[in-house]
Amino acid sequence: MKKRKNLPLIITLAVTYVAVWALQATGIVNDYSFAVIVTIGINIILATSLNLVTGFTGQFSLGHAGFMSIGAYTCALITQKNPTIPGFLLGVAAGATAAALVGVLVGLPTLRLRGDYLAIATLGMAEIIRVVFLNLEITNGAAGLSFLPQFVNWNWLFLFTAGTLVLLRNFLNSSPGRACISVREDEIAAESMGVNTTKYKVTAFSMGAFFAGVAGALYTSYFFFIKPDLFNFNKSIDILVIVVLGGMGSLSGSVIAAVLLQLISTWLAAFPEVRMVLYAAMLVAIMLFRPQGLLGSTEVSAVISRRLSKIGRRAKEEEV
Amino acid sequence: MEVFLQQLVNGVSLGSIYALVALGYTMVYGIIKLINFAHCDIYMIGAYIGYYCMTYFGLSFFPSLLVAMTGCMVLGVLIEKIAYKPLRNAARISLLITAIGMSLFLEYGTMFLVSAKVRTYPAMTGFMAKTFHIGNVLVTMQQIVILATTIALMIALQYIVKYTRAGKAMRAVSLDKDAAQLMGIDVNTTISITFAIGSALAGAAGVLVGVYYNTINPLMGVTPGLKAFVAAVFGGIGLIPGAMVGGYFIGIVEVLVSGYGNSMYRDAVVFAILILILILKPAGLLGKNVGEKV
Repeated sequence: MKKRKNLPLIITLAVTYVAVWALQATGIVNDYSFAVIVTIGINIILATSLNLVTGFTGQFSLGHAGFMSIGAYTCALITQKNPTIPGFLLGVAAGATAAALVGVLVGLPTLRLRGDYLAIATLGMAEIIRVVFLNLEITNGAAGLSFLPQFVNWNWLFLFTAGTLVLLRNFLNSSPGRACISVREDEIAAESMGVNTTKYKVTAFSMGAFFAGVAGALYTSYFFFIKPDLFNFNKSIDILVIVVLGGMGSLSGSVIAAVLLQLISTWLAAFPEVRMVLYAAMLVAIMLFRPQGLLGSTEVSAVISRRLSKIGRRAKEEEV
Repeated sequence: MEVFLQQLVNGVSLGSIYALVALGYTMVYGIIKLINFAHCDIYMIGAYIGYYCMTYFGLSFFPSLLVAMTGCMVLGVLIEKIAYKPLRNAARISLLITAIGMSLFLEYGTMFLVSAKVRTYPAMTGFMAKTFHIGNVLVTMQQIVILATTIALMIALQYIVKYTRAGKAMRAVSLDKDAAQLMGIDVNTTISITFAIGSALAGAAGVLVGVYYNTINPLMGVTPGLKAFVAAVFGGIGLIPGAMVGGYFIGIVEVLVSGYGNSMYRDAVVFAILILILILKPAGLLGKNVGEKV
């Protein structure tokens, strides 16, 4: 049973991997389109990890870009000193760990706050992180770090993106994951059922921070240039938009929204002067017509199996 | 001491602007629990309306202020009707994303219409260009006008909220929307009035900031908007006096940090204070901590 449950995911991942690999090998995907794919991969990691915090655990965070920047800078500083593959892996691990640590430090006091207050506290935290990077000597201030070594290719990108997805999915199906969801559904009820809400909130928050750190490290190692302003408030908002658009509490929704939004924004790049206006108008329109996001809180697999069982039932009825 | 007093004067001017913007955030939050991200862009549009009134139509300061306030009032109500009203019963986060979308739309729409270049407000002449020396502290007429306008608007706001029927309705709706509706209050009109007043105040702040700092651009609202929101949370969101206190506090702190410490860290200090306040007194400086009902 367990095997069958994972099968569609594995097939989808395998097909994606082979498809992009083949497209790249045949030269259909050039450097420009590969940059788009890398952005999509990074955005998937960011959006699914924020979805864990905001969509599944119900803790409204506006500071995801802050964690991303910690991962990005940590990785950059390490790969600058040690521009090898082990150095890159060490950078990703260190960046993610550093982000998770900051996540715990920030989460412990602030997660007592609820709803919008938490959102504002996390926003403030991200701004403070940005200002610190802006002023530190080692991060080279507003100019940022450039000419960083580039490591990310399709294999690494796929490994980290798919890894994040699988880990998050399995976490959410585990007992702690269920506990996180119960916090979203009703914090007081969860608490009275013996769920240590603070513990699970901090767990989800630092896990989200961890993967945001991974995403930041990947960003550094592909785009080889980072500066504090890349990780400002607007970046956090961009990630949140993906999450809400895909559906809060839907991992596959975040993936689909990350792909769609990036494709739309790449397509809109042809009209630079109206690009953001159209993007904003579209955002408002989508929210007005589909406030729960593309998938709501269901997963694609659930939607498909519901459709299939409906078709099956109909077929059975017809037989009778 | 003189330096300190001078900084204080500058801080009060900046704080007035934050307070005016914060009032709009706090009023809208109080009534529909929405962080109205588009509010900071209404402030920006107010600055642009003021700019065009002064340059193209040659109006003086006060008529421009009134035109900008009226324009922003209409804009605020329109935004509410088009983008927020259909989502009145949707999840709050969808409403928030809509507000963000609206904010981007206003910013980049303005950029598209008037280009991204920085505009300079015309230099103030005559009455507005006067300066005073109190001891060794320099006070410009602009600063006095900013403070006076802010105080006048705040008194007017207090009067509206406390002593008029619309104000009473606003307070009732922010306390309990459903109960207010059952008592025969037109909730939709009341929400529109709230947006109108908040946006008018933001428009006024926009013109004042244009006069005070001279330069305006389509993205000028983003950072002051965040800080004004911080000010509203600082004072206790949903509370009108809280927004005023918060606005002045943030303005003064910011100027003092730039003056005595490192101006690069001034935003960090503002946000650090915010986080401290949230942790120590989550309902804000003037807010009461309300227990959660099951």
